[in-house]
Amino acid sequence: MSHHIVELKDVFYSYPDGTEALKGISFRVIHGESVGLVGTNGAGKTTLLLNLNGHLIPARGEISIGEVPLSKGTRQEIRRKVGFVFQRPDDQLFMPIVYEDVAFGPINLGLSMEKVDERVNNALEMVGCLHLKNRPPHRLSEGQKRSVAIATVMAMKPDILVMDEPGSNLDPKSRRQLINLLKGFKHTKIIASHDLDMILDVCERCIIIKDGKIVADGSSEELLLNETLLEENNLELPLSRQYLYVKRPF
Amino acid sequence: MTFDLEFFNLGYLDTLSNKDTLVHRIDPRIKIIVSFIFILFVVSFQKYQISSLMPFFLYPVFLLTAGDIPFKAIAKKVIVVSPFALFIGIFNPIFDTNVILTPFGIPVSGGWLSFFSIIIKFVLTVSTAILLIAVTSFPGICEALERMKVPKIFVIQLLFLYRYLFVLLDEALRMVRAREARSFGSRGKEIRTFIRLISVLLIRSVERAERIYRAMLSRGFRGEIRVLRRLHLRYFDIVFAAVSITMFYILRNYDAVDLIGATLNRLLR
Amino acid sequence: MHMADALLSPAVGGAMWAGSLGTIIYCAKKLREKMDDKLIPLMGVLGAFIFAGQMINFTIPMTGSSGHIGGGMLLAILLGPYAAFLVIASVLIIQALFFADGGLLALGANIWNLGIYPAFIGYPLIYRFIVRQNASPQRITFAAILSVALGLQLGSLSVVLETKLSGITELPLSTFLVLMQPIHLAIGLIEGFATAGIVIYVRKLRPDIVDDLEGVKSLSSGASFKKVLVAMAVLAVITGGVFSWFASTHPDGLEWSIEKIYGKPEVTQRANPITENLSKFQEKTAILPDYSLPSKGEKDTKPSWPAVDPGTSLSGLIGGIMVLTLVVLFGIGIKVLRKHKEKM
Repeated sequence: MSHHIVELKDVFYSYPDGTEALKGISFRVIHGESVGLVGTNGAGKTTLLLNLNGHLIPARGEISIGEVPLSKGTRQEIRRKVGFVFQRPDDQLFMPIVYEDVAFGPINLGLSMEKVDERVNNALEMVGCLHLKNRPPHRLSEGQKRSVAIATVMAMKPDILVMDEPGSNLDPKSRRQLINLLKGFKHTKIIASHDLDMILDVCERCIIIKDGKIVADGSSEELLLNETLLEENNLELPLSRQYLYVKRPF
Repeated sequence: MTFDLEFFNLGYLDTLSNKDTLVHRIDPRIKIIVSFIFILFVVSFQKYQISSLMPFFLYPVFLLTAGDIPFKAIAKKVIVVSPFALFIGIFNPIFDTNVILTPFGIPVSGGWLSFFSIIIKFVLTVSTAILLIAVTSFPGICEALERMKVPKIFVIQLLFLYRYLFVLLDEALRMVRAREARSFGSRGKEIRTFIRLISVLLIRSVERAERIYRAMLSRGFRGEIRVLRRLHLRYFDIVFAAVSITMFYILRNYDAVDLIGATLNRLLR
Repeated sequence: MHMADALLSPAVGGAMWAGSLGTIIYCAKKLREKMDDKLIPLMGVLGAFIFAGQMINFTIPMTGSSGHIGGGMLLAILLGPYAAFLVIASVLIIQALFFADGGLLALGANIWNLGIYPAFIGYPLIYRFIVRQNASPQRITFAAILSVALGLQLGSLSVVLETKLSGITELPLSTFLVLMQPIHLAIGLIEGFATAGIVIYVRKLRPDIVDDLEGVKSLSSGASFKKVLVAMAVLAVITGGVFSWFASTHPDGLEWSIEKIYGKPEVTQRANPITENLSKFQEKTAILPDYSLPSKGEKDTKPSWPAVDPGTSLSGLIGGIMVLTLVVLFGIGIKVLRKHKEKM
């Protein structure tokens, strides 16, 4: 069980131009937890996620994924455990047809062609896109691209799923489908999003980030319904709660 | 042609290439080789030959009809790219005024003959090129190239180009539209604005390439990309190639047109 | 200025394809040796970028007409010669297939004409020679204009030579050159200016994109100045030879001799091209049309000149421009060489 723990200890990161993006981040995610990462643009969400996948290495502090400390040498190993779904599906779907995109990961894992085929079909089935197997990615709708992008990651059978703004640009129905999909995944999930309603729906736990620091870490129910806390961090209540919640006079 | 039209044209040909007809199913390698040989035969004709070129229209016509490709679309494209060839060709009648034929007493100079020869060759070769992509998917062509020993790194990068072509055209289109909305006449279209636009597009493209690279790394990329093998040569493909090439050879070296004409002549006498 | 199949003979087309394919294989080999993996998606995306960029027009000052960028030199600056050549080839392949720009046979010639000169001559011999780390905008502009203009001159010259050698056109060499070269000189100046503008602007925002001078960008590790000088000398001899050829008083005499060498064997091979045209009319009418066949001797058609003989005056003008460009090039090359020697 412990091999699925994500642990960050006092992580600092600065960009080459000097901007300090992460200023001492510490938290721990255990197996099966789903955590929402919330904050304004520029708060450091994406930077944090990129650190989790080894694309950026912390200047100070430690990250360990399943007991493996993150470093330049262990990057590859970490990437086998952590499935990263990027913000824009177009960046993630770079092969000529969907099948090849989903097969890309398994092939790189060194699996036999039969196994690869199995993984591809299962992953596409999981996201409901098996019929799109032979389509070129530029002929997919935004929602379909999203789902296929997730499939490309799922085909690698990662232990931990990290997603950056999975719901952006989706029409209401696709968004609903995505939420249902995510709720069905039993993996450890870390999801950065502006869509507070989605976080509320999908993640039991929530971390609020502001200016590269964690300002709150607790259950989504508690944090995301705390209007004061949200406003302090330049956020708002989830839309679905904005009219139901009765304002209490101070 | 305006941006919009070119963009949709590209998409249109791309859609056509994904159809499923007899011609579409022929192995891309065969189509490439046969088309190439076709072009070689066509351009090997002498400069004054016109009539013997005519039978060669069979090939593009075959591709068009059996491939279910709309004629108008192809015709439009051929016309659009004709300026350069026409421009060079039109000098022939100017410089070559040696009269070679006088049908019905009208003198026709060699220059005009060679001009028409150029036009016909042009239509034949250009339509074949467009039809090739119209009946063959681009990834299919790329795999064919790789199987024909074209360096893999070149083919892979071709595939990437194709993949992101529409994405980038879309981005550029949006920028052009934004510029349109704020320009009046030719103001706003000056080279300075253009440089800014292109530079921004360039930076965005590089950033996109960086993100793609990251996505590749995330899925275990370590330098090798496998192009999946999906092409299978069928009996039909080989027969098609043999028949076509033989036909081209016969039509090039034995004047069928002449034969038909002479026979007709004899019959009518 | 794309070549078209209809203007090519199989031999010339085939030869250009051989050259281009050979270069593609060579570049692929070179890249495999010392390439950063990151280049693969970058090459593809930049190819798409060039394609998209070519769709954006700008108005050319003082003419009101619109133009667009070619991009060869820009690619060389961003990617180095080997990768740039491959990307240029890819863009042309897409254009040939989807836009029927030229044709499949001419594709070989186009890849050569538009790829070799910017990537392997303009960029390493001129641009890189002049532009060093932290070069001033003026320097960049100068280098870009010079290298792009030269690249296009060589490119359009190649088109002319390929067409003439194929024997399809009746245009006399000098007239052809007058039609092609000056226009491409103008285009080259503008595109060079635009290229410089882009490099300068991008450098402000993302210097890492344009200023990486080591690694793949250099033509080969240890490109000594001697090598460069030799290459330039060879180039000078070639261009000098070609230009002196047409600068001579009888350009057409030389041109015709080529056609004679080239055209004759083929012409005698075929039975009688004239009758073939006649059968066309025979199909339509049962009666033999009234025609007269010229005697065999007259078959070698000589163009009848327009009233004014453009020959000498035109060749003189073109020769002058070309030689001038060459001289300026040489002068700069020597100047820069000397500066470098002084630094050492």
